[in-house]
Amino acid sequence: MIQDLVIAFVLIGYAVGVLLSFGTVLTWVERKQAAIMSDRIGANRAYIRIPFTQVKLVWLGLFHGIADGLKMMLKEDFRPKTHDALGYMLAPWIVFTPVLLVFAVIPFGGTLDPGKLVPVLADWFGQRTYPLQIARLDAGLLVVFAFSGLTIIGAMLAGWSSNNKFSLLGAIRAGSQMISYEVVMGLTVLGLILVFGTIDLGSMVRQQSGVVLGFLPAWGIVYQPFAAILFLTAAIAENKRIPFDLPEAESELIAGYYTEYSAMKMGLFMFAEFIEIAIIGALFTTLFLGGYNLPFLTDAGFALPGGSTIALPHALVVVLQLAVFLAKVLVVCSFQILIRWSLPRFRYDQLLTFAWKFLFPLALANLAATVVWIWIMERA
Amino acid sequence: MKPYPRPKYWNEPTMGWWERAYIFEVTRGLFITGRIFTRNMWRWMTGRKGALTTYYPEETRADYAPLNRGKHILVQRIDGTPQCIACNLCATVCPAKVIEIEAAFNPGNPEHPKYPARFEIDYSRCVFCGLCVEACPEDAIRMLKEVPNLPALDRDHMWLGKDELLTWHPHNDGAKR
Repeated sequence: MIQDLVIAFVLIGYAVGVLLSFGTVLTWVERKQAAIMSDRIGANRAYIRIPFTQVKLVWLGLFHGIADGLKMMLKEDFRPKTHDALGYMLAPWIVFTPVLLVFAVIPFGGTLDPGKLVPVLADWFGQRTYPLQIARLDAGLLVVFAFSGLTIIGAMLAGWSSNNKFSLLGAIRAGSQMISYEVVMGLTVLGLILVFGTIDLGSMVRQQSGVVLGFLPAWGIVYQPFAAILFLTAAIAENKRIPFDLPEAESELIAGYYTEYSAMKMGLFMFAEFIEIAIIGALFTTLFLGGYNLPFLTDAGFALPGGSTIALPHALVVVLQLAVFLAKVLVVCSFQILIRWSLPRFRYDQLLTFAWKFLFPLALANLAATVVWIWIMERA
Repeated sequence: MKPYPRPKYWNEPTMGWWERAYIFEVTRGLFITGRIFTRNMWRWMTGRKGALTTYYPEETRADYAPLNRGKHILVQRIDGTPQCIACNLCATVCPAKVIEIEAAFNPGNPEHPKYPARFEIDYSRCVFCGLCVEACPEDAIRMLKEVPNLPALDRDHMWLGKDELLTWHPHNDGAKR
């Protein structure tokens, strides 16, 4: 019993650590990638000086994230005179917390056997094994949608309680946009649920570990390539980033629903946005890119198609699976940043038209095609 | 009779169905930016420079025009003393009034008894017009194509004194050899 608790705390610590460091590192990745894409050098000035020496650690500007955080913390926390105190205070947290909670149901590694990993504790752990996932819920995907739906409330509340017309406009835009794209997101995932026959994310990933047609990894993107594109589009729109950043369009609404926020409260909104990039990456990896699976990698080691196997120690397999998951997440994050720095912003009517008249019918068509395909496969 | 052909002052919308479908052209755009990213990233990773911009104060551009009016220099005589005779013409003609000269008397040199004890230029206000160079009767002040090392935390540190202005060595000057 106590062993389960220890493992749970370790997993939670790992997940929170990964998310927060992703949130910090992604600010740097975004700057650098945008700079390199546009023939610039990018942030490279912040440094840490080793005390009592003149050695300045620049590390390609990696410390700009820390400088940003410090600036946010030390700034004056300005509040408008007419704000609604409770809602204004709660809103950033309502945006920030659910984003972290979504990660609870995402499996970020294979099975962990602590007895094998640390031989000293083998007696204590006995035969217990743990999948690397904080909450093994049958309703995994539903929990994801439930929590990501909560952030709408935060955005609306922020705009409403600021008592500012720009904030209010931004909040209304955020509400309509996020609800519209949530529908599309749900419909695209429905096809995947039909294919895998479950909404438990852990089981979904386990089903993606095989190989189809002899060489293709059995990832969701192979079964549902169309849904993958639609899902990523809708997810970026959910995150309110360019080209879907209408709720915070600087040129129209100053900063949208967080116009009246300053210091760390505003920082929380930004931080939530960057963590959500990582969350979208993790979700996309889990649903469409086979999660922690590498082709031919099993819990025992590599099982190559020729029938030969390469046995790997348990610790190496666990580390390999964690690393594979993080690498896939980073690739998807990088792709999102590529989109953010390539495409211009939609007009507001185009935004909703895109959701309801373009993505929605496509998602429906994809769903219908999936249903027909599965029906045929079951008959055959 | 045919109607008079009216000039068209507008462009017809040129977007075909391909462009209007959005997704294809967007994909093409993503490929373009992605290609530039990978190209520049490859340059950085192979130890070359993948950017068109420069690390400004540390790195100066190599492609300044040869006639670019940058940092001032005081021309030296063969013995290393400044050729300036402290006549103040440059300070007078300077539209930004950035040149400050303090003249001094050197009785040991009857040819050039007057010399600048202090010759300072305030680069926080200099407009780099080059009028001082043209006004100088002794060809004592010139401008290099390289820009002065300006970045500083306040304006008081943007002055260059006589010692910095004299760092240009006469043996580089073809006319002096």
